[in-house]
Amino acid sequence: MPDRLKPILRWESALVLAIVAVFLLGTGISPQFTSSYNLFTLCTNLGDLALMALPTTLIIIVGEIDLSIASILAVSSELLGSLWMHHWAMPLIIVVCLAVGALAGLINGLLVTKAGLPSLAVTIGTLTLYRGIASLILGATSVSNFPTSYTNVGTNGFLGISSISWSVAVFIVLAIGTGLMLRMTRLGRSLYAIGLNQEAAFHAGIRVKRIKLGLFVLSGVVCAAVGILYTFELSSAAENIGIGFELQVITIVLLGGVSIFGGTGTILGVALAAFVYAGLRSALLLTSSFNENDFQVVSGGLLILSVLVPNIALFTTRGRELLARRRGKGTLRTTSSAAGGALQDG
Amino acid sequence: MSATAETPPRATTIADDGDVLASPRRLVDVVLRARTFGIVAILGLFVLGTWLSQPSFLSGSNIRFILGDTAIYALVAIGETFVVLTRNVDLSVGSVVGLSAYVSANQFQAHPGIPIVLVFLVGLGIGLGCGAITGLITAIGRVPSLVVTLAMLYIIRGVDTIIVGPGQVVANALPNSFINIFQDTVLGIPDLAWAVAIVVGVAAYYLRSYRSGRDLYAIGSDPAAARLAGIPIGKRVFFAFVLSGALAGIGGVIWATQYNTIDATAATGLELQIIAAVVVGGVAIFGGSGSVVGAALGALLLQTINVALNVLGVPSLWTEPIAGFLLLVAISMDRGIQLRLAAALRKRRAHLGA
Repeated sequence: MPDRLKPILRWESALVLAIVAVFLLGTGISPQFTSSYNLFTLCTNLGDLALMALPTTLIIIVGEIDLSIASILAVSSELLGSLWMHHWAMPLIIVVCLAVGALAGLINGLLVTKAGLPSLAVTIGTLTLYRGIASLILGATSVSNFPTSYTNVGTNGFLGISSISWSVAVFIVLAIGTGLMLRMTRLGRSLYAIGLNQEAAFHAGIRVKRIKLGLFVLSGVVCAAVGILYTFELSSAAENIGIGFELQVITIVLLGGVSIFGGTGTILGVALAAFVYAGLRSALLLTSSFNENDFQVVSGGLLILSVLVPNIALFTTRGRELLARRRGKGTLRTTSSAAGGALQDG
Repeated sequence: MSATAETPPRATTIADDGDVLASPRRLVDVVLRARTFGIVAILGLFVLGTWLSQPSFLSGSNIRFILGDTAIYALVAIGETFVVLTRNVDLSVGSVVGLSAYVSANQFQAHPGIPIVLVFLVGLGIGLGCGAITGLITAIGRVPSLVVTLAMLYIIRGVDTIIVGPGQVVANALPNSFINIFQDTVLGIPDLAWAVAIVVGVAAYYLRSYRSGRDLYAIGSDPAAARLAGIPIGKRVFFAFVLSGALAGIGGVIWATQYNTIDATAATGLELQIIAAVVVGGVAIFGGSGSVVGAALGALLLQTINVALNVLGVPSLWTEPIAGFLLLVAISMDRGIQLRLAAALRKRRAHLGA
């Protein structure tokens, strides 16, 4: 077990170092970095993305992917705006939005589990479909006259702490819950089993399809909830809301050490990665020459690096092993282990 | 593509005795061809229906518009087909088209009087560059293409936005000879449509008859087997991405000839339309099966639907959800066909009493 934990621990400690580095960078760029206003904005942004990253992490662990998350967020947000415009009661609207999110997730899940289609293709399709439906709901109009009792989540801190947002507080609670679930429960362990070997998991009695279906529905509900939260934070529902969020969420998940091929990853890593990501964004945006668009480039680069770097590390260890084995054979001509061969040689 | 041209002496497997459905391979061929005819049939029905309710749909200018518009989509879809055949995906084509459209058209503003050929080369160069970066990271870095191209989608668009800044290329900066490229016709059909049809033909021939073309199918069908068979997977995948980038780069220049006014949002979301076209055209999203002719027909079908909706007075907002919906329908149907086919082949094998 310690052997297996080693690489994971190393990845997560690297993330902790990265958080420290980002913090130093931020304070170096501007003393405003630690101002409670800036921390609040940072937290708001972080919380929304990180909340969506939770179900996405679970989906990637079981070896699937959901690219439609930002579109579901948009459907929920535009629906919220439209229904509010039509004078529905807010609690009812929220229930409807969550239900629609669940439905959107259910459609994804059914197409993947019942129809047996690849989730990549399905969610590319629903990414377009849901985004299209979202723009049909409101069109070019935007709604912004939401009651302040709701939009307060975007201005007031959590329980009066001015630098912590509601979204991040909710995220921390849910992350602890999800992390414990993944680590301690039978369900959590079976997610890894599915990701590592679906067939074997099925024959071990794990209800693979039902679990996957559940995860897609969960993802739909969470994204719809974030859609509501995000709309209140902006106090506006408008076209193109949350466009490109899927990139940011997937970046956070992969940066957190979750393998895109499924089977590995921890919530702790993802949570740390969310802090690194949001901190870096906030720090860079404080520099005068940097805007959202530039960060898009950084974000894409981070996404590639978060997969490329572990791959390179893997290549080098494998290469070294290969080299050691060859040398070992050359000098000893025995079947000694690679490490032994290398020792003899050195 | 007549039936006589395509019978190289095949290794005789079970029965080459004239019974069309006797060999499993023939059965697969027939089904795949039926799949292509299916698109043509749907296209025909759709055109007929729209024409009956709105006769102006089949006006010369509409047909020219549909074909010209399809040309760009089909061109980019060819490259995407090469990538998808190898069990990869290229989500970055929309951004490449956008970057290439702006930078190439901007050459006319920056260097008045620049030859048009040079502008096309600029677009091609941008496409090659983007494709090579994506290809290298995918083929050598072994990063899944979904991750790489999703990242490249935003990186290239971000670079585009930085380059464009608040500016844009406006129509009157472009010479007429450039704008005319989109409008010129031969025999009533846009030049571009002819050109792209030729490219489709060449690509189809290449995929059908060249070893390296067949390799793409082998890689997509079973990467592990392809590796054992000695196919240079990395090289082929790299080539597919470079081709996809190059065609998207040229597509960008054509985009500029069509839309003339180009800003940083040009061709946003195009990749989804392209993937929808490719998949609707019968290219399996998990690789190994499909043709560029199908992909081009898929592009034609989607563009026809867009124009038809426009003619019927449906708002253009519907374009996106319909493309997404068609994509889902296409993959569901293909899955159904695939399962049936597998069952039929199994039954046949049992029948032959192996």
